[in-house]
Amino acid sequence: MNVFLDLVAGTLTQGLIYALISYGIFITYKILDFPDLTVDGSFPLGAAVTAVLLTRGAAPWLTLPVAVLIGATAGLCTGLIHVKAGVRDLLAGIITMTALFSINLQLAGSNLTVPRAVDTIFTSRPVMALLGGVPLLYRKLIVSTLLALVIKLILDAYFRTKNGLLLRAVGDNDTLVTTLAVDKGRLKILGLMIANALVALCGCLVCHEQRSFSATMGTGQMVFGLAAVIIGTTIFRRASRVKGTTAAVVGSVIYKAVIQIAISLGLPANLLKLVTAVLFLCILVLGTRQGKGAERRA
Amino acid sequence: MLELKNITKVYNPGEITEVCVFRDFNLSVEEGAFVSVVGSNGSGKTSLLNIICGSIPIESGSIVVNGQDITREKEFARCRRIGRVYQNPAAGTSPGLTMLENLSLADNKGKAYGLRRGVDRRRREDYRAQLSELGLGLEDKLDVKLGSLSGGQRQAVALLMATMTPIDFLILDEHTAALDPKTAEIIMGLTDRVIREKHLTAIMVTHNLRYAVEYGSRLLMLDRGRAVLDCAGEEKKNLAVDDILSLFNRISIECGN
Repeated sequence: MNVFLDLVAGTLTQGLIYALISYGIFITYKILDFPDLTVDGSFPLGAAVTAVLLTRGAAPWLTLPVAVLIGATAGLCTGLIHVKAGVRDLLAGIITMTALFSINLQLAGSNLTVPRAVDTIFTSRPVMALLGGVPLLYRKLIVSTLLALVIKLILDAYFRTKNGLLLRAVGDNDTLVTTLAVDKGRLKILGLMIANALVALCGCLVCHEQRSFSATMGTGQMVFGLAAVIIGTTIFRRASRVKGTTAAVVGSVIYKAVIQIAISLGLPANLLKLVTAVLFLCILVLGTRQGKGAERRA
Repeated sequence: MLELKNITKVYNPGEITEVCVFRDFNLSVEEGAFVSVVGSNGSGKTSLLNIICGSIPIESGSIVVNGQDITREKEFARCRRIGRVYQNPAAGTSPGLTMLENLSLADNKGKAYGLRRGVDRRRREDYRAQLSELGLGLEDKLDVKLGSLSGGQRQAVALLMATMTPIDFLILDEHTAALDPKTAEIIMGLTDRVIREKHLTAIMVTHNLRYAVEYGSRLLMLDRGRAVLDCAGEEKKNLAVDDILSLFNRISIECGN
C-alpha cells in the first residue's frame, strides 16, 4: 500500500510541476492561437540555467526568477522573429528552439547532474524549517502543489486585468485589438514571453526535482503541453465556469498518470515518445470529434 | 476635417496583375458630415476606408486630419481617433469575452491597458443604460459571452464599442451587408441615431443605394477610383434612389459588371 501511495504522490508531483508547461501552452495555443515550438528549447533552457547555478553554489530559490527571466527572453526572440521579421509562427518557434539547443549545450553540456550535497528548493532551509519532518517525496508534493497553485492564482488574476483581457481578445479577434488602438504584435510578443517564462520555470523545477539536466529533455514537451491542455479543456468542455488554468492542471496530472500507469504495466522507456505520439493523436481525433473549432487546427 | 491629398494606390505594383485603384485622388470631409459612399465592386470604396485607417499602404499622397498629417502613422495608432465597424459582425467584438468585458475594453480605448482590474463594477449600470438605449434587450446580457449573440446583436454592440470613447471619425465598412434585411434596418437606424447624438463625422460604405440616399448629409459615388457623383445639402435631399440607380447601372455596364 505504501508503495502505491508513494507512486501516486510521485505522479501527482510530476503532474503539478509539468502543469507550468500546460499553463504556458494554454496561453500560446488556446489564447493566442500560436503553435509555439519554442517550448522544446525553453524548457531545457530553464533546467540548464538551474543546473549550472545550483552546481556553482547559488541559492536554490534564486534559480526560479532567473529561469523566468531567461525563459521570457526566449519567448521574446520567437516573438520578434514572428512579429518584426514576419516569419510564420511555427517556423519562428522552430528557429528559436534550434538555436536554444546549442545554447543549452554551451551552458550545461549534454548532461549535468546536481550533486547530492547541493541543496535544491525541496531541501532548502525555509522548506526544511517548515516541512523538515515530512519525507522528501511528500515534501516535493507539498512544495509543487503550492507552486502550481500560486502561479495559477497569479495567472487567473492577470487574465482579469485590463492587459489580461486584451491578451485574451488578441487571440480571439486581433482586428478588435487594432481598433482599440493597441499594437497587436506587441501583445503577441508579451504572450509568448509569459508562456516561455512559465515553461522555463517548469524546466527549473524539474531540474530541482530530478537533480539533473540533459540536452534532450525538451523533446516532446510542446506535444505534452498541448495534450494536457486539450485533455483538460475537453473534460471541462461543458463547464464554462471552470478556468482554463484549472483545466490545464487537471490535464497535466491526468497525462502524467496515464504515462505512469503505462510504465508500471511494463512499457519499455524507449517507447515512451511513441506512446506519447499515439496518445496525442487519439486525444486530437477524439477532441475534434466531440469538441469544435480550435482543436481542429492543432 | 479629413483631407486626402493626391492619393495614388496601386495593388501588386510591377506585376502582371497590377491594378491602379486611385490616381491623384482628392477628397475632403468636413467635420460633422455623414458621407455615404457607393460604387460597384472594384470601384475603390473599401480601399478608400483602408487608406484612411492605414490598413493598406499607399504609393503617394497624404492623409491629413484636423491639419495633422497622419500618413506615416501605423494603423493601430490612427485608431486612437477612429472608430470602425466592419462588414463581418464578428470583427468588432471578442467572442470569447463577456459583454461586460468587451465594453470595458472599449471603454478604456486611448488609455493604458495595464494591470488594473479589467472590469470596473461601478460602470456596470452605465453600460446597462447604454445597452438599453439600443432597444435590443441586450442590457440583460452583460455576463453573456459575445460569441453566443446573433450577428445583428453583435453588430449593435460593435457600433456601441466603436463610439464609446471620443473619436474624430466613425468608419462604417458595409456594416449592414451581412445582416438580414430587418436587422440591417435596425442597425442602420441605430447608426444614424448614434451619429446624430454623438455628433460624429462618419464615412459609410454601403451597397444599399436606399441607405445612401436616405441617410447621411453627403453622397459619393465612386467608379474606378474617381468620384462620379458627389452631392451634399439640398442637392442630396432631392436625390431619389432611381436617379443614382440609373447612373449606377450606366457605370456598371461600362465596367462589364
